[in-house]
Amino acid sequence: MTVTEPRHATVTMTYREAVREGIRDAIASDDRVFLMGEDVGRYGGCYAVSKGLFDEFGDERIRDTPLSESGFVGAGIGAALGGMRPIVEVMTVNFALLALDQIVNTAALYLHMSGGQFNVPIVIRMVTGAGRQLGAQHSHSLEGWFAHVPGLKVVAPATIEDARWMLASALVDPDPVIIFEHAALYGSSGEVSADSGPVDINSARIRRRGDDVSIITHGGSLAKALTAADELDALGISTEVLDLRSLRPLDTAAILDTVAHTHRLVIVDEGWKSVGLSAEILARVSEDALWELDAPVMRVCAVEVPIPYAMHMEQAALPQVADIVAAVHKVLDR
Amino acid sequence: MKDPDQPRRLLKQMVMIRRFEEKCAELYQVEKIRGFLHLYIGEEAVATGVIDTLEAGDAVVATYREHGHALALGVEPGRILAEMYGKAEGVSMGRGGSMHLFDADTRLFGGNAIVGGGLPVAVGLALADKLKGNDRVTAVFFGEGAVAEGEFHESMNLAALWRLPVLFCCENNLYAMGTALNRAQTQMRITLKASAYEMPAWEVDGMDVLAVSQAATRAVESIRGGAGPHFLELRTYRFRAHSMFDPELYRDKDEVNKWKLRDPIETFRTMLEADAIVTSDEFAAIEAEVAVEIDAAVAFAEAGTLEPIHDLTRFVHSEEVAR
Repeated sequence: MTVTEPRHATVTMTYREAVREGIRDAIASDDRVFLMGEDVGRYGGCYAVSKGLFDEFGDERIRDTPLSESGFVGAGIGAALGGMRPIVEVMTVNFALLALDQIVNTAALYLHMSGGQFNVPIVIRMVTGAGRQLGAQHSHSLEGWFAHVPGLKVVAPATIEDARWMLASALVDPDPVIIFEHAALYGSSGEVSADSGPVDINSARIRRRGDDVSIITHGGSLAKALTAADELDALGISTEVLDLRSLRPLDTAAILDTVAHTHRLVIVDEGWKSVGLSAEILARVSEDALWELDAPVMRVCAVEVPIPYAMHMEQAALPQVADIVAAVHKVLDR
Repeated sequence: MKDPDQPRRLLKQMVMIRRFEEKCAELYQVEKIRGFLHLYIGEEAVATGVIDTLEAGDAVVATYREHGHALALGVEPGRILAEMYGKAEGVSMGRGGSMHLFDADTRLFGGNAIVGGGLPVAVGLALADKLKGNDRVTAVFFGEGAVAEGEFHESMNLAALWRLPVLFCCENNLYAMGTALNRAQTQMRITLKASAYEMPAWEVDGMDVLAVSQAATRAVESIRGGAGPHFLELRTYRFRAHSMFDPELYRDKDEVNKWKLRDPIETFRTMLEADAIVTSDEFAAIEAEVAVEIDAAVAFAEAGTLEPIHDLTRFVHSEEVAR
């Protein structure tokens, strides 16, 4: 499967290492950048992303925080207003709910409310997603909530390449950017360009070309979509896979283009259907590409329950490769 | 006294805030100003005394009752009033209104209308200053209602833990909208909450501008010297309703009248006249100067223009990268 399309000399690393290298680069090359969050320092990061950085850069630039999500996210916003370029790690999106006031009422609004005087160049990284038997309070996929809010940019690196290079672009951006890293991706590995530099973080990217049907997805579901596409290929079904990469802004043109190309669409999102990201994609398709469709659109999303602990139940609640394959058969009516 | 101009300056500043707020109330009645309007009448000594001690480059984070803070920082009254008129010439181009005054030149970071929401931002501004190695101070104002918010405690702890240059200014006017402090807290000595975070915390008579100025001066000097955050509980009282929609069912007229006997402007003026520091003629001159400035501010706001609707989606993202 073709997950990344490296354009330069490449190295092989894990998603976790790719995020770490991105952070290391940023801190080493810009005095204004620092990493702040729960257990990012001495512990090395809850998901071991920042392991080793504390020893390399010290406690000022790899700053451990108390369990005060609203406090330290707000402090990151203030530091950004004060001329720094903070990377704030919220351990997981589940805990980010405690920081919603600062993210939604401060980071997203200050530029507008101040008539353009105060931009907030903060990057907030957080883990999202389920699948590790962590129970309902550690398994949310709420990136769609954040993508609802004007003033924020929301990205979801699904590939090693994006994990490595999206951070640099987010730090260049003068406004708040939230990076969602799916928990299941950290151990995956692949080739990444050694020196690509900042990448575009506003656009979607086709990860696999195909002609019969399109799958639109992002983040932790991309690998499942690509696996499904491989299985479908063996059955003679040519599947195009679009990785959204950016959830706000949504790359509407890319969404409409793939629909216009294949005329059949399956949307895969680990979030819930109701009032969610998949609903928004579907709305845009129905507004601007309804007559391109040859069949009703199918959505493969989490079942509308809190994500349960027991493995069989959790897996039943989440989009699976077999569900995606079944949905494709249904939109193709074969 | 090191600063012989200070008494007259403080007096004029408080008169300016009082007359400005009275004008706002008047303009609200005739519907020139809409939305929420929270007046600072009665509390003038607090912003005046604290901000007088700050230097250029220091930052201020305030609440939705922040006209006085903006004026004390030197933001042009006309631009503040134009903001409330929703005019493009307003400090926030009419995007903010009364509750969201921002000014990059004087480093006024809002105008935050979420109770407690400004405190973490102030901590971050101070963190930036500490990381950059300068000796700036960030003063953050909040009501005693914020003491019940988690963000208050998180911010106090972070500032203390990292020894950040923050001056926490709790404007204790006894009521969180209509809920009296004794109906919201078991421990009503707010300074004890700050002491729990190991920071110096002083109770200050917020109706006495000199007391406020002296406490703030001492705190700011100490903060600039690297002693970490300090906390002032400024005991004050709001003479007017919480906002223009508040029927004030929760407090007695007698209580209000009792506090009005301690009017920060009247008591200071009386003291200065008794000490022959400011004569009654000089006070009349101050009132006349202020009246001229306020007339000019009204004229500026009236003459302001409306931002064209086609600019509606500006300032969602910074313009150098937009579209």
